[in-house]
Amino acid sequence: MFSLAVFFQSFGPLFWAARYTLLISVLGIGLGIVIGTLICAARLSPYPPLRRFAAIWVSFLRGVPLLVQLLVFYYALPIIGLDVPAMAAAVVTVGICASAYISEIWRGAIAALPNGQAEAAVAIGMTPVDVWTRVILPQAVTLSLPALINELILLVKASSLVSVVGILEITRASQAQAATTFRPLEVYIAAACIYLLINLCLAALGRYLEHRTDV
Amino acid sequence: MLAASSVEMRKVNKYYGKFQALKDIDLSIPPGKVTCLIGPSGSGKSTLLRCINFLEAYDSGEVRIDGQLIGYDAPDKKMSGRRLREMRRSIGMVFQQFNLWPHMTAKENVAEGLIRVRRMSKADADRRASEALAKVGLADKIASHPSRLSGGQQQRVAIARAIAMEPRLMLFDEPTSALDPELVGEVLSVMRTLAGEGMTMVVVTHEMGFAAHVADQVGFMEKGELVSVDSPDRILHRPEDARIQSFLRTYRERNSF
Repeated sequence: MFSLAVFFQSFGPLFWAARYTLLISVLGIGLGIVIGTLICAARLSPYPPLRRFAAIWVSFLRGVPLLVQLLVFYYALPIIGLDVPAMAAAVVTVGICASAYISEIWRGAIAALPNGQAEAAVAIGMTPVDVWTRVILPQAVTLSLPALINELILLVKASSLVSVVGILEITRASQAQAATTFRPLEVYIAAACIYLLINLCLAALGRYLEHRTDV
Repeated sequence: MLAASSVEMRKVNKYYGKFQALKDIDLSIPPGKVTCLIGPSGSGKSTLLRCINFLEAYDSGEVRIDGQLIGYDAPDKKMSGRRLREMRRSIGMVFQQFNLWPHMTAKENVAEGLIRVRRMSKADADRRASEALAKVGLADKIASHPSRLSGGQQQRVAIARAIAMEPRLMLFDEPTSALDPELVGEVLSVMRTLAGEGMTMVVVTHEMGFAAHVADQVGFMEKGELVSVDSPDRILHRPEDARIQSFLRTYRERNSF
């Protein structure tokens, strides 16, 4: 029988663990946006070596599963003499992985803008910096918001993978709960509810931001 | 208004790979006059226009604005970005697709260049933008985003954006081609006013009526060549060249019913 008591009791510890899920996702996407922006800039730059580097970066990180990246990163760091906490390693790996997708999101949004947008700015004598900061990027950010929110939701779910390096986020916490209560179904359904709740909130945030930037 | 500019083009050539888009173009555009460029699509009219403000880099020859070479310091040495931007400040351009910035209101579209390029204060730029919009008949639309405006209104905002910069030369790249027929008139009338004020204007157009009534000279282009430049009357009513006759015959057939 399904035990409602166990189901509700599971929420306490899982909410506690949700802090890590959120922390990893939010820091991960933050880092991903920073690195992704640089990679996108490299991809669009006039310098062939930079463009090639960015292309390789994107295809490697998109081509290797995040789980494998996590394990490689986690075991490779001590070998090169870096002793970093599991949490830091997880955030960096998630952020680097996200950067590949985010750079492509930026690139797609920038490519979607008609040439005439920049041309009108160039024609009145605006500098390249002004053309980018005043005309291209504000529009590209608006265009890419749905895709960025989508990426953030994917990251929240992908953060369950960092349980393999021993971080007590929602998924790992529910495994521990299941092992002590012997009621896996109740615990995992509770975990599913928490993921769903987080992602519904993110989706609502996305709709709000899209609505606000709508012209 | 500051003195109107003149443009001199000498032996201008432009290639896209092997395709020659402009062939030895020689064209004099006198100050304060309206020059219309007509011809079939793909004949190089827009490319020629875009070489005047170096939005398109020509490969050989010279384009001079008031005697000053644009785009190059020497035949094989491109001009610095800074110098090119300085020259572009006094050349306004209006595009077929308007190219207004959709994330800014009409007033912000006009004020942007004044603030960023002319370094005006926000208050001065706003005042000048409102004046420019009033001049094109859009005083009541200053707070509207482009998506809320008709095509004709958008193109008039685009013209306001250009004239607010106080250009001495205005380039129009098929300014009415993307408009519904009933909206063409309002844009042409703004252009006619500008012409009346003595602005040097170069207009790529399919509006033969505008060319006939407003232009001081009309150039006919075909296959990258400037076939003939002459008075509107001699190009549009008494053309000698068979290519112009054929183009106008097609034009009349298409526009008769």
